[in-house]
Amino acid sequence: MPEGLRVGYFPGCTLKTDARDFESSALAVARVLGIEVAELSRWNCCGTVYSLDAVNLMPRLASVHNLIRAEEEGFSEIMTLCSMCYNTLKQTNNLFTSKNNGRAAINDFLCLKPGYSGRVKIYHFLEFLREKIRPEQVKSLVVSPLAGVAVAPYYGCLLLRPKEIAIDDPEKPEILTPILSALGAKVIDFPFNNECCGAYQTAVHQEAVARRAYRIISSAQSEGADMIAVSCPLCHYNLSALQGLVRSTHPGLKAMPIVYFTELMARAMGLDYRTEIGVIPQDVAAAEARLRPSPNDPGREALK
Amino acid sequence: MTRLGVFICHCGKNIARTVNIEALREKAATLPHVVLAKDYLYLCSKPGQTMIADDIREHRLDKVLIAACSPRLHGKTFAQTAQRAGLNPYLLDMANIREHCSWVHIDGAEGTEKAFSIIKGGLGRLLYAEPLEPFQSPVTKRVLVIGGGVAGIQATLDIANSGYEVYLVEKSPSLGGHMAQLGETFPTLDCSSCILTPKMVEVSQNEHVHLLSYSEVTRIEGNIGQFQVTVRLRPRYVDETLCTGCGDCVPTCPVVVSNEFDQGLGARKAVYLPFPQAVPAVYTIDWDACLNTDKLIICENCYKDCEAKAINFLMEPQEKMVEVGAVVLATGYELMPVARIGEYGGDEYEDVIDGLQFERMLSASGPTGGVVRRPSDGRIPQNVVFVQCAGSRDPEHGIPYCSKVCCMYTAKHALLYKHAVPDGQVYVFYIDIRAAGKGHEEFVQKVMSEERILYLRGKVSKIFKSGAKLVVWGADTLSGRQVEIEADLVVLAMAVIPSSGSQKLARTLHIASDLSGFFSEAHPKLRPLESNTDGIFLAGAAQFAKDITDTVSQATGAAGKALSLLANDFIKLEPTISEVEEGICRGCGLCVSICPFGAVKMLPSTRTGAMVAGINPILCKGCGLCTAGCLSGAVTLKGSSFKQIFAQLEEMV
Amino acid sequence: MKIILGNSHPQSLFAQRIEALSRQKLFACYQCGKCSSGCPMAESMDLLPNRVIREAQLNNGPVIMSCRAVWFCSSCFACAVRCPKGIDIARIMEAVRTLQMLDGKPITEQPFCEDTGTLPQIALISHFRKFNM
Repeated sequence: MPEGLRVGYFPGCTLKTDARDFESSALAVARVLGIEVAELSRWNCCGTVYSLDAVNLMPRLASVHNLIRAEEEGFSEIMTLCSMCYNTLKQTNNLFTSKNNGRAAINDFLCLKPGYSGRVKIYHFLEFLREKIRPEQVKSLVVSPLAGVAVAPYYGCLLLRPKEIAIDDPEKPEILTPILSALGAKVIDFPFNNECCGAYQTAVHQEAVARRAYRIISSAQSEGADMIAVSCPLCHYNLSALQGLVRSTHPGLKAMPIVYFTELMARAMGLDYRTEIGVIPQDVAAAEARLRPSPNDPGREALK
Repeated sequence: MTRLGVFICHCGKNIARTVNIEALREKAATLPHVVLAKDYLYLCSKPGQTMIADDIREHRLDKVLIAACSPRLHGKTFAQTAQRAGLNPYLLDMANIREHCSWVHIDGAEGTEKAFSIIKGGLGRLLYAEPLEPFQSPVTKRVLVIGGGVAGIQATLDIANSGYEVYLVEKSPSLGGHMAQLGETFPTLDCSSCILTPKMVEVSQNEHVHLLSYSEVTRIEGNIGQFQVTVRLRPRYVDETLCTGCGDCVPTCPVVVSNEFDQGLGARKAVYLPFPQAVPAVYTIDWDACLNTDKLIICENCYKDCEAKAINFLMEPQEKMVEVGAVVLATGYELMPVARIGEYGGDEYEDVIDGLQFERMLSASGPTGGVVRRPSDGRIPQNVVFVQCAGSRDPEHGIPYCSKVCCMYTAKHALLYKHAVPDGQVYVFYIDIRAAGKGHEEFVQKVMSEERILYLRGKVSKIFKSGAKLVVWGADTLSGRQVEIEADLVVLAMAVIPSSGSQKLARTLHIASDLSGFFSEAHPKLRPLESNTDGIFLAGAAQFAKDITDTVSQATGAAGKALSLLANDFIKLEPTISEVEEGICRGCGLCVSICPFGAVKMLPSTRTGAMVAGINPILCKGCGLCTAGCLSGAVTLKGSSFKQIFAQLEEMV
Repeated sequence: MKIILGNSHPQSLFAQRIEALSRQKLFACYQCGKCSSGCPMAESMDLLPNRVIREAQLNNGPVIMSCRAVWFCSSCFACAVRCPKGIDIARIMEAVRTLQMLDGKPITEQPFCEDTGTLPQIALISHFRKFNM
C-alpha cells in the first residue's frame, strides 16, 4: 500500500445529502487503498455550473473561495467526487493559470494580496485513481468479484468537456474500464456514454430530459448492460429518477439500475458503506440483485 | 572619390502616400558622395530603367542605390539595368522603402524619416560594395524523378521522350500510385487503370528510363545542374532479372496479410505482386510478413516453386549513386487516417470506410470484384451515407484547407453506387459543393438530378454503431432540421494530406514545406512548379491536393522546367557566397557543423598545410550562417561583408 | 421576412454584444452545422444552434431576442468540442441568454416540474445559476 497518499477533498452539496452513498463508498474505498482523504475544514457551494459569460466574473467567486481555502489549508491537490464540482472548480482554476483571464480582476475584487495563485491542482477521483493507484492494487482488494455483471460506464459531459478540463478522450472515454475490469465486471462500451443526460434542464424540461434518459438507457441495454455506472449525482438523478417518466412514453423500457462507480468498488471489496439514505430504493435493490450472482447463474435474467 | 547615385521610386502612390518623396530626394542629395539624386513615378518601367542607365553613363556613377520595393521583386530588373549601362550589377543595391517602410506607416513624417534612414544605411553599405562576377557550373543532363504515381510517370515520359535519361525512384514495388487504385475517374468516367497502365508500360519500355522501384532516396548533395543522389534499393528477395512474373511462388506461401493496394480490404500473400498490371511485373517478398528472417530460413515454399530460380533469401539492400542535373518531386498524397476523427468512430467500425477504400470496392480488380459490399458481413449496402469534408476545412483536426477533389469523387461514388445498386439509397452530407473544373459542375448537377441523390447541407457530428447498422447524426441546415440516418455503409471523404515520409524527404533535399506538410513552391503565383531550391521541381499532390488533370498538367510543366535547365551546358551561379580568409581561420571546424548544405569542409591550407575551412562554391547557398558563426571572423559573405553591414547599421542608428 | 441590409442596417449591435459576452468569433463560423448535428437538446429547440449563430451574424435582433432555443441548451459542450473552427458555441448560447435576461424577457414559460421537492440540490441550484433566477 502506498505511503503518505494524501489529498484534499471538496465534497459539494449533493454528496452530503442525496448522494451520500457516493461519498461513503468512495471514502471507504479510499481508506483501503491507502489514500488519506482530508475534507476541507470549510467549504461552500462550488457554484454548480460554470458560467460562460466572459464579462461577468461574479458567478465564479463561489469556486474561487473554495480554491483560496484549499490553498490556505495547505493543499496542493484537491479531489472531488461529483463531476460537476470537478468541472466547475477546474474551469475556474484555469482562469488563474491561463493567459487573458480574469485572475487580476477577481483577486482585486476580493482584495486579495498576493491573490490566489492557481496552483491548487483539481482532481476528479477517477483521475486521481488513474494517476496514483494501479488497477492491480484495486484487484488485490477485491473479495467478491462482479463476475458476470455487465456494467456500462457512463461519463456524460462534465468529465470530458470542454477539452481543456477533459480527464479522458472526449469521444472515446475509457477511464473507468481498468477499474471495472479489476473488479471483475464485464465493461460495456456504448455510443451514448459521452452524451449529455439533459443536466439541469431536468428542473423545467423534464420531458426533454426523459427523452435523453431513454436514449442513453436503451443504448446501454441494447449493448447488453446490466447496470450503468456514473460519477455525477445529476446524471444519476436524471437516469434513475426519470425512468418512471420514460416509461410513460416507452412502457417497454426495462428497469436499469444506476449506480455510482464507487459503490461497485466498495461492493466488490466487501466494504460496508450504506448510509441508509439511498435516494432511489428500487434501483438500489435492483442493482443489489445484480451484484449477487450465483456461481452457476450469472443472474442475467433476474431483471428481465 | 566614389560617385554615388540615388534613385527614389514613387511606386505610384504605394510609396509616395506616406513618404514625402521630394523632401527625401533633397535630403538624400546632401549625403556624402552622392552626386545625383532623382525620383520617378515607376522606376521599374521601361522609361524609368532607361533613365537610370542613361544617368549611370552621363554622370559616370560608380555605384547606384535604388530606393524602391523589395529586391526580391525587382532586384533582377535593376541588376540588368546596371549591366546594360556597363556597371557591375553588384555595385547597384536596393533600399526597400516600400514593404519595410511606406506600407507599414500611416504617418507621413515618420515614413519619410524612416525612408531616409533606410537610404542612408543603403548608401553606407554600398560604399563598401565590391564588383563580383558570377561563375559557371556544368549541367549534368539527367533527371531524377521521385515518386512513381501519375505525376512521376508523366514527368518521366516527357523528359525521356525528349531524349534525356531519367532515374525514376518509387518507394513501393510498383509504379501507379493512387491512380492505379481508382475505379473510374471524374467527370468522364474513364477507367482509371485503363488509361494509366499504358503509360506505366511505356515507362518500363523507354530506353532512357532507369526505373528504381522498391527504392528510396536517402541522400542528396550538390545543387542545380549537379546533384549527387544516393538511392537505397530495398531487397525484394526476388531477382528482378530472373523473375518472369509467372506467380508460381504465390499459391504455397503460407502467410496471408492485408493488402495495402486494396487499402486493407483484401488480402495478399507475403510474396506478392501488388496488382496484375504492376510495373515492373516482378514479385516481391514482404520481409516483415515472411516467416524467414535474416538469420533463419523457416519456409522455402516459394523458393522451391520458382522454376526461374529468382528467389534469393540472402538479398541485401543496395546503395546506388546517381548524378543528375535536376530533380522532379512527385511524392503524392495519402488520406488522413479515419482514426483521427474520434466522433466518427475512429477506425473502430468496419463499415465506416474512406474514399480510397470505396474506390477499391468499385474497381473490377478490387477485393470485391467491383461489387459494393459491406466489409463487416459482405452484404450489399442499401443505405449509403457519404460524408464530405471529413477532416478537411477543419483546423481543429489540423487541416485548415479544402482537399479539392472530394466533392467530385463523392458525386462520382454516388453515381457508381447507384449504377451498381439501383434500388439503394444515397445520402451525401456536404458543406459547400466545390466543382470548379471543366465539366465538373455539370457532372455534379447531373448526378444529383438524374440519380435523384439527396444532398444534405450539414456536417456530420457523430457516427456510431447500433446493431448491424450505423447511425449517422447530421443536420440539414437548409431546412433547419437534425437528420438521423440508419446506414449500412458510411464513406468518409477524408482529408488529403502529404504522403508520409515527405517531411523526411524535405529534410533530405533541404527544401521547404508549408504548415500542412506540402512542399512549398518558390512563388505561389509565378513559380508554382519550382521548389525554393533551384533545380528541384514539384509535380502533383505533393505540392497540394489536386485531381489527375491538374497533376498531369503540373507534371508536364515540371518536366518542361527540367528540360529548359538541361538545354544549357552551363549554369550561372550567384557569386554572393562565403569565402574563408585562410590566414585568420584557426581550424576549429565550427562552420562545418553549422553549414546546412554541407558546403564547408576542413582542408589543408595551400600556404601552411594546416587544416582550415574551405567552401565549395557550388554547394554554398550564401545563407551566411558560417559567417555569423565563425568565432574568428574568418568567413566573409561576399556582397554582405562585415564592413558593409556595420556601415549600414552605423548609418541607420 | 426580408432582411434589409446596407445603409438602413444598424451597426451590428447584437453581433458585437454577443462577441463581447462570449469572446467567440461569430464570423469564424462557416455554417457547417456540425453543432446542430450533435446537439442533444436540438429536438426541443425552435432554432438549431447554427441558426442562432447565423441570426447573430445577420444581426437579427428580434429573432435573437425571442429565440427559445438557448433555454434548452444544457451547456454540454458537445458542439464546442466538435466545432471544426474551434468556436465555443455553448458560450454563444450563454451570451444570448444573458442578452435576453438583460432585456427583461421572461426566462422560461415552463413552470418548474411538479416534484421539485425530490430534485437533488445539484439540479435545482445549477438551474438557478444557469438561468440567474
